[in-house]
Amino acid sequence: MRKRLLFFILLGWVLLIVGDRVDELRVYQGAQISMYAIALSSIVLLTGYSGQVSLGNGAMMAVGGYAAALTLNNLQTPIWFAFLMSILASAIFGALLGASAARLSGPYLAGTTLALAVGLPALANQFGFLGGEQGILFDVGFPPERFGEEFSQYKWFFWIATFIALISLFITSNILHSRFGRTWRAIRGNSLAAELAGVHSARMKVLAFTISSAIAGLAGAVLAMTISLVSPGAYTLSLSFALVTGAVLAGISSLPGVMLGAVILVAIPEFADVVAHRLGDSEKVITHLPGLIVSVLLILSVIFTPNGPGENLRKHRKKKSAH
Amino acid sequence: MSGLVVNRLSVSHGAISALRDVSFTVEPGQLAAVIGSNGAGKTTLLRTLSGLKDASSGNAEWNGREMLGAKPDVLVRRGISHVSEGKSVIPELTVKENLVLGGIWRANKSDTNAAIAEVVELFPRLGERMGQDADTLSGGERQMLAIGRALVSRPKLLLLDEPSLGLAPLVIEQIFETIDKLRHKLGLTVVLVEQNAMSALEIADTGVIINLGEVVASGKASDLINDPALRAAYLGY
Amino acid sequence: MQKVIETVLIGLSTGSIYALMSLAIVLVWRSTRVVNFAQAGQAMLSTYIGYEIATRSEVFWLGLVFAIAAGALIGAGVDYFFMRVLFKHATTGPAAVVAPVIATLGLLGLIRSAVGLIWGGDLRSIPAPVSRDGYTIGDTTLPFSPLNTLIIVSVCLVLIAISILFTRTNLGLALRASAYAPEIAQLAGIKTAQTRTIGWAIAGGVGGIAGMLITSYNFLSPNSLDLLLVFGFIAAVIGGLESMVGSVVGALILGVGLTFILNYVGTSLTFISGFLVLIVVLLVKPEGILGSRKGRRA
Repeated sequence: MRKRLLFFILLGWVLLIVGDRVDELRVYQGAQISMYAIALSSIVLLTGYSGQVSLGNGAMMAVGGYAAALTLNNLQTPIWFAFLMSILASAIFGALLGASAARLSGPYLAGTTLALAVGLPALANQFGFLGGEQGILFDVGFPPERFGEEFSQYKWFFWIATFIALISLFITSNILHSRFGRTWRAIRGNSLAAELAGVHSARMKVLAFTISSAIAGLAGAVLAMTISLVSPGAYTLSLSFALVTGAVLAGISSLPGVMLGAVILVAIPEFADVVAHRLGDSEKVITHLPGLIVSVLLILSVIFTPNGPGENLRKHRKKKSAH
Repeated sequence: MSGLVVNRLSVSHGAISALRDVSFTVEPGQLAAVIGSNGAGKTTLLRTLSGLKDASSGNAEWNGREMLGAKPDVLVRRGISHVSEGKSVIPELTVKENLVLGGIWRANKSDTNAAIAEVVELFPRLGERMGQDADTLSGGERQMLAIGRALVSRPKLLLLDEPSLGLAPLVIEQIFETIDKLRHKLGLTVVLVEQNAMSALEIADTGVIINLGEVVASGKASDLINDPALRAAYLGY
Repeated sequence: MQKVIETVLIGLSTGSIYALMSLAIVLVWRSTRVVNFAQAGQAMLSTYIGYEIATRSEVFWLGLVFAIAAGALIGAGVDYFFMRVLFKHATTGPAAVVAPVIATLGLLGLIRSAVGLIWGGDLRSIPAPVSRDGYTIGDTTLPFSPLNTLIIVSVCLVLIAISILFTRTNLGLALRASAYAPEIAQLAGIKTAQTRTIGWAIAGGVGGIAGMLITSYNFLSPNSLDLLLVFGFIAAVIGGLESMVGSVVGALILGVGLTFILNYVGTSLTFISGFLVLIVVLLVKPEGILGSRKGRRA
């Protein structure tokens, strides 16, 4: 626990220094990476540990994003309170959904969460106070003056996002290493055996759903901050796809892997941009190429390294040592 | 050589070896009873012979042709039918549909219809229940349906896995009588896997006793029954 | 009273399209034990192909034929080149259970992006084969049009054809046997892997019809069938996910129910209501309205 704390503080310090030395675009991408890392950790906790599939993390993020924006705009609260509300709202939503989801097995749960990812963000179009297609503003304001004039808006996003990511990952990692993490793994491995050992597997699954949802909601608020807006267009089905891909690439049950997954998710659009320029800058290519790359990565990794690249490495090592 | 020749057959489930160097032969038209306790490897033997499971080494020939490596659907066309463990009928289908299934690989439907008519003649009780769902049948009737389905494919070699499983003693006796009658009437070669050693050996020509994946004794059924050492060790009385 | 009848009729027309999608989902689920989320993508790609043919030849029906053929080919291809490889690789570890579902999701994403790259994201429409204007009685115009009639009739024909295929032919028997008891089917001489591919092809063709019919009164875009997938899934769950009859009944109930909400409450609640139906069915009667064993049979 103390070691882990030290590691996160060190990591934060390194990121702080790095953040000072790279250009604006990279700083902004750093904020995105932090956001994706939070979002992916919610999938690792849910799917990797408790064994439940959710394809609807984009919807959970939307709940968090809208909760934060509504809080900030209507109550004029401090920013940290808006983020707190995003956690709370999505946790409540997740608990309600989880209570029904805990009784669902694989295909039902997958379908239900996919339905959410398709339908929930579009609800904003139908209720006036959610701002329709344009969405509503989410402005965390300028960086405090004491940081000096040099301190850019993007760097401010980066600081907030990274600070939140570090805290959230630290807490998540402690949860996963606690009694809860072990129990989830036991349920995932053998629900009946865990049940016989006196574990309330349904209650534990709801808990996993709630926590995962809370984390996803927080990621949704961070996403809203980086684009200064919440709108249906920010929480599309493609976002849910991308998150599942990132989590599978990260190695679905590996928390450190989320950093890698997050970097890949941010790198894909940039890579797609480069390719699109080579192909002559057509709008079609720019819009659809990232999705294509994400899907191909997802398919390949599910077929060839379904348990994450780490698993294959471990197997490889085992084979080597056996010889 | 004609008939069934199994030569040094070994099969494993992953790292666990299920059968080791199993060899035996069955002359055409004869009935061989494969006896052994639960987990001895009897079912694995039949599943390997019918193509459901891969062997790790050895071979098995039917009328001089290698059987191993062929899929079940190919073997059915060569006259080898396997009635798997536990009344292998499809409960969601009607009795008629279960029977049609036995001939579904034929291009010619009228062949199948003729074969079904023959089966109904053998098992009149099935004929009365053609339109019913198979799950409305009693245990014994289901077993007859399972065997009937195999017969619709007009097999030369019939692999029967524990037809007595889960049936009442009186019904078991009937089933064994039926099997004995059938194989003489149709000239079938039969491999009958059973835990119910005495009943099986009584109708068998030869017997193979398997323990922990290995053949411990084989020979004429009457000799096996009369060997006091085997009786004590494997036949349970 | 007139509004009630109109609502029921429109609901049946909508529900019958849901029925095709849920039927496709159920067909694949029964044979492969995977809810195929790519079904929406497959249907959408087939519809784009049908759209190209229909707009060029100006014959809707020719487009429909091509959409069915394309759907069947794509369905068979997905099973043959994709699911078989997947099942060979992903057999162990924590991801083994979720891998097939995630893979079909990846395939949905792949088809959406590929279609986007080829056709772009703009909305397209297919000229309807018959009038979309409502019937008029005296001087009132009903919202129910010849197109709605056509949709209901075509779906009925498709359903009759499929039920004949499944109950009267050897192929249908092979499909059912392979779904209920793959091992017994194999021992009876059925080539179960091939049979499964045929099942995927039928599901794909049915999806192609659904896509063409819904596009005849709606726009086509890379994600225009997402909601159809969701409602098709909900309908399949109402029917118990195992039963073809159940999936059709579920779709009609859902179609009529949602149209009532649309006409009497407003658009804003249709998705929420559909979603609530899903949750309630899953909580109260997860085996579906027809019950599991009975339902499995039909």
